[in-house]
Amino acid sequence: MKILVAVKRVIDYNVQIRVKEDGTGVHTDNVKMSNNPPDDNAVEEAVKLKESGKAKEVIAITVGEEKAQDTVRKALAVGADRGIHVKADNYIEPLGVAKILKKVIEKEKPDIVFMGKQAIDDDCNQTGQMLSSLLGWAQGTFASKIEVKDKSIQVTREVDEGLETIEINLPAIVTCDLRLNEPRYASLPNIMKAKKKPIEQLIAKDLGVDISNRIQQLKVEEPPKRKGGVKVATVAELVSKLKNEAKVI
Amino acid sequence: MSVLVIAEHNNLNLKIFTLNAIFAASQIDTNIHVLVAGNKSENVAKEVAAVPLVKKVLHSESTNYENYLAENITPLIVKLAENYTHIIASANTFGKNFMPRVAALLDISQVSDIIKISSPDTFLRPIYAGNAFATVKSNDKKKCITIRPTSFDSAPTSGGSAQIEKINSVNIPNISKFIKREETKSERPELGTARVVISGGRGMQSGDNFKLINAIADKLNAAVGASRAAVDAGYISNDHQVGQTGKVVVPDLYIAVGISGAIQHLAGMKESKIIVAINKDGEAPIFSIADYGLEADLFKALPEFLAELNKLNTIQN
Ligand SMILES: Cc1cc2nc3c(=O)[nH]c(=O)nc-3n(C[C@H](O)[C@H](O)[C@H](O)COP(=O)(O)OP(=O)(O)OC[C@H]3O[C@@H](n4cnc5c(N)ncnc54)[C@H](O)[C@@H]3O)c2cc1C
Ligand SMILES: Nc1ncnc2c1ncn2[C@@H]1O[C@H](COP(=O)(O)O)[C@@H](O)[C@H]1O
Repeated sequence: MKILVAVKRVIDYNVQIRVKEDGTGVHTDNVKMSNNPPDDNAVEEAVKLKESGKAKEVIAITVGEEKAQDTVRKALAVGADRGIHVKADNYIEPLGVAKILKKVIEKEKPDIVFMGKQAIDDDCNQTGQMLSSLLGWAQGTFASKIEVKDKSIQVTREVDEGLETIEINLPAIVTCDLRLNEPRYASLPNIMKAKKKPIEQLIAKDLGVDISNRIQQLKVEEPPKRKGGVKVATVAELVSKLKNEAKVI
Repeated sequence: MSVLVIAEHNNLNLKIFTLNAIFAASQIDTNIHVLVAGNKSENVAKEVAAVPLVKKVLHSESTNYENYLAENITPLIVKLAENYTHIIASANTFGKNFMPRVAALLDISQVSDIIKISSPDTFLRPIYAGNAFATVKSNDKKKCITIRPTSFDSAPTSGGSAQIEKINSVNIPNISKFIKREETKSERPELGTARVVISGGRGMQSGDNFKLINAIADKLNAAVGASRAAVDAGYISNDHQVGQTGKVVVPDLYIAVGISGAIQHLAGMKESKIIVAINKDGEAPIFSIADYGLEADLFKALPEFLAELNKLNTIQN
């Protein structure tokens, strides 16, 4: 079994986001970048399948600027076998990313594609579903538990009502929740070893797919700020304020 | 222009976030049709027909639609799409699951999780866990949109009499199968729509200690929420999680107990009208957005809180 994992480079989740004054976006200069957190879960799940003997090869892929290669390197350092970097100079929307991934998948023919359920920069929650749809494959979104069988995967999904279990035919797309597993850290020797693993570079605009963006970002602004409130000294004061001042109880 | 809203339901009843999607649709055009795809879902179709903003209900029945598998309902929506300029659903786990499938097949870049409609092609949406708001314009001919239900009013539910049109089901790819659903049953109001929410975090220390939260929830007729840390630790089930990767809530009163206030948690609750924080660490970031902060040990404060509430003679609803 062959597995592809899609990893995206995003602003680290601990960074305090700062909106640019001119409304064109958020500051990214000298800002710490990391792998999109659920993508680490996606890599972990793939590597676990390899370790258990179910999977033969794990390929990590990213679409993005030169630096995005770091995300693939990180995946290689925790156990992926090889990487693919599809170079793109500007931001590509989920639909474009899905088309690029489809193109690569047609060549690589993986049995499972693991992805994050959501990128924490654009918060789109689309790419996996779009890819799955373009390929005509089944999808297991928001996965918090999976069981890989010969021709199918049983996926436990986190849904608003609780949990849902479905069984999807292979090949399939699985989008991972943070609860799917506990991603491992890369050891120093493995980081060194990963430097020798191959990363193939492709150029997005040479792949022959339409990656034009359809959504224009007109303005990015700060959300309205909440006024800081007061501290209360006692529970009795809190309850009295909630009742008489805020009038919410 | 005409808008197709995809109804969320459990084959018996309409799920209320559909009403927010219908309301959002009404800000785009008055010609609103609603698709009810289900199995033995006549009652849902009737409920939708009674919503005055709805012009027509498209009702399609098939056992294949019973569990709303994305692979199964997508071909039906794609087939209907040619008649509409906008396709809308709520940005909850229902809408997020199938809408991108539909959008990709129509070669449309979906606009996710919008909180405001400026014009039929221009929308406001939070990015970076709500730390920035982006105004975006879709240049696709047709739009696939998911709306954040808590950011739109709920459409009135009675007085309408829309026509119900039967729609044939469409072949499905037969690649996915529903196995089971484990729903957390509760007598309390739903997290997404409750007027009061009380949430516990890692500071609760155990699932058992959530009884302190539950007692206050019962008293205030509140829903119970949680931070991701509390869910990860197994104190409470995933459907209670509030935040960037959980649910978004906008209650009149949100009480955060033993929650530090990470941006990912704030993303799900900072629009609440009144925020209360109970935390023993006076420096916890949650205090910077709380209207009322109580620096205290929750194991002392929660029983006192309950006792004070019991002293009030008001009837809660
Ligand atoms: C991609 C991503 C997505 C995420 N999505 C979400 C999400 O949707 N929702 C979410 O909540 N988090 C989310 N997180 C996790 C988030 O970053 C925080 O780790 C999490 O919110 C912390 O939960 P907490 O506040 O309960 O725990 P902690 O940060 O550990 O805080 C516990 C608090 O309890 C207080 N405390 C302890 N004991 C007591 C006591 N006896 N009395 C009073 N106070 C006490 C402490 O002072 C502390 O402030 C996400 C993280 C990532 C990376
Ligand atoms: N540029 C990209 N390169 C690689 N993977 C991506 C890229 N964009 C999105 N993904 C994958 O799609 C998931 C969901 O992203 P999104 O739809 O943007 O929320 C991410 O967690 C990644 O696994």
